[in-house]
Amino acid sequence: MTNLQMWTYAVVGATFCLYIFIAIKARATTTGEFYVAGKGVHPILNGMATGADWMSAASFISMAGLIAFSGYDASVYLMGWTGGYCLLAMLLAPYLRKYGKFTVPEFIGDRFYSQTARVVAVICLIVASLTYVIGQMKGIGVAFSRFLEIPFETGLYIGMAIVFIYAVLGGMKGVTYTQIAQYCVLIFAYTVPAVFISLQLTGNPIPQLGLGSTMSGSDVYLLDKLDLVLKDLGFATYTSQKGSTLNLFLLTMSLMIGTAGLPHVITRFFTVPKVRDARSTAGWSLIFIAALYTTAPAVGAMARLNLIDTIQADSIAPDTTQNLKIENLPSWFINWEKTGLLGFEDKNGDGRLQYVGANYADATVQNEMTKVDNDIMVLANPEIARLPNWVIALVAAGGIAAALSTAAGLLLAISSAISHDIVKGIIAKDINDKTELMAGRIAMAGAIVVAGYLGLNPPGFAAQVVALAFGLAASSIFPALMMGIFVKRVNNVGAVFGMLAGLGSTLVYIFVYKGWFFIKTTAILADTADGWIMGISPGAFGAVGALINFAVALSISSVTKAPPEHIQHLVEDIRVPMGAGSAVDH
Amino acid sequence: MSDAQKYWQANIRLVIGCLIVWFVVSFGCGILFAQQLNSIRIGGYQLGFWFAQQGSIYTFVALIFFYAWRMNQLDRKFNVNED
Repeated sequence: MTNLQMWTYAVVGATFCLYIFIAIKARATTTGEFYVAGKGVHPILNGMATGADWMSAASFISMAGLIAFSGYDASVYLMGWTGGYCLLAMLLAPYLRKYGKFTVPEFIGDRFYSQTARVVAVICLIVASLTYVIGQMKGIGVAFSRFLEIPFETGLYIGMAIVFIYAVLGGMKGVTYTQIAQYCVLIFAYTVPAVFISLQLTGNPIPQLGLGSTMSGSDVYLLDKLDLVLKDLGFATYTSQKGSTLNLFLLTMSLMIGTAGLPHVITRFFTVPKVRDARSTAGWSLIFIAALYTTAPAVGAMARLNLIDTIQADSIAPDTTQNLKIENLPSWFINWEKTGLLGFEDKNGDGRLQYVGANYADATVQNEMTKVDNDIMVLANPEIARLPNWVIALVAAGGIAAALSTAAGLLLAISSAISHDIVKGIIAKDINDKTELMAGRIAMAGAIVVAGYLGLNPPGFAAQVVALAFGLAASSIFPALMMGIFVKRVNNVGAVFGMLAGLGSTLVYIFVYKGWFFIKTTAILADTADGWIMGISPGAFGAVGALINFAVALSISSVTKAPPEHIQHLVEDIRVPMGAGSAVDH
Repeated sequence: MSDAQKYWQANIRLVIGCLIVWFVVSFGCGILFAQQLNSIRIGGYQLGFWFAQQGSIYTFVALIFFYAWRMNQLDRKFNVNED
């Protein structure tokens, strides 16, 4: 076993022991503990748990790469996936916490006095969460297979077993306390390499400042150098805008309201003791999320620069005779090529690599980097920067922590919707607490098996589903919740038709470009900037769907019967913090 | 107007104020006017780019804590707080 592997086994093994230890300590004994951790989680700790819940394998592994290769345009993800917390804090979380029930569909069903509304919400929740969880399962498998060199399937089974132990035993309580530990692991794993690399390149240990600093030993700013190098190599410059403004605007909006409407995030706000805790915990969550989200732009820019420097010996020199010789490829290059995340081809047979963009001045020079996957920017980052092995091992543990914590949160949302909204809410209303708890555990076990199956046999559309999850949450759940709190006049008919209209229009828009039910050959229009209506990409349509939802719900409600009196009282009641149910003892 | 209505109106005003700031830093400075702002620089950052990748996120954090602090004040003023 190599030194790196020993480090990786040690670090990943230690984190797993920690998770299992917490699982045994934090068993759930009531449905209150299983669904909402007994509403006794401190707002700062809940902020950490929310951070881990929210930051998925995609945030940890893929986002910096996305930024590295699209530069300014990737800002939509940075703003979209953080700005939603303002909406959560001000428009949803305190009121839903005051209502004090266990699930998001439960509120929708009660507020709109309609089982149909509840079922629509459950379906949106399950589709959004299941599609989301596939990516986490894949992330776990990839991390295991690359870093521990054990087969993808085995890695996935180990991940499933770990989640099984703490989620089935502990429910929300177990998930919360493991997520707190996972947050610490993932943020440490993310910032350590970032600090090292920022120091190497700029001499400033704080990546957020390093990104705005000059290169070590020179008075050229890092971002200016990157822009210049990319331009000379024929790539689009880093800090300039590439996409259309309307699309950037709508995509950011869709991601924001989608974030605020994702049930596994909202449920986290049910776990704090008081309404005012629900407000402040949103702020704490965002602080913990911002720690990663403000570091990612630095990681992206610096990793891109490092990658270019590795291949193009003198990146601005017009001749390529100093470039990296294929016989001198660093070991990380070979390792990642095996996984298919990197690819190269010596097209001109000069024994060296050229990494140039489409607008390179010398048209006879071809780009020989045939594949540079987004994910490589975080996964191979420590190796590209020649950091010690324990840092590389940390990245493996961090990636697994990010994927596990998000997967557990999603699985919990799914199992709560099944045991609480479907079983207890519709099928068997009179079951007691103990039976419902058992139903919750069985639903959780079932959800883990289904998620594992989908992770092993990902449907062809797995890569497209992020747009779907955010589109669903943005166009159906967020508007329903917001109107339920802020507009007393919205009634059952309006809410149901509003949700269906928002959901339907968003689904149709996505399917038109991605194919009906993601079967590619049935796509009607080309999924390119030219084919998009008014330049709006399928992922950016959620905001428009939400608008349709609002419009339909408000207009139908205004011409149909006002909600009954007890519902109007319910709305008045959730608008004031006084009288919120107190914490349940742990 | 009843106290409950006044409390709710004060809440709505606060939320609208906060959301205007939320909109201006992200959609305004980060997207709509980013190109114009880019002519201003802070260190190596062009200002529009900084808002889009750093500044808006810091502002979001500050906004939520400001909102939570003001709401707690309102809760006490209108006597609808939890303890």
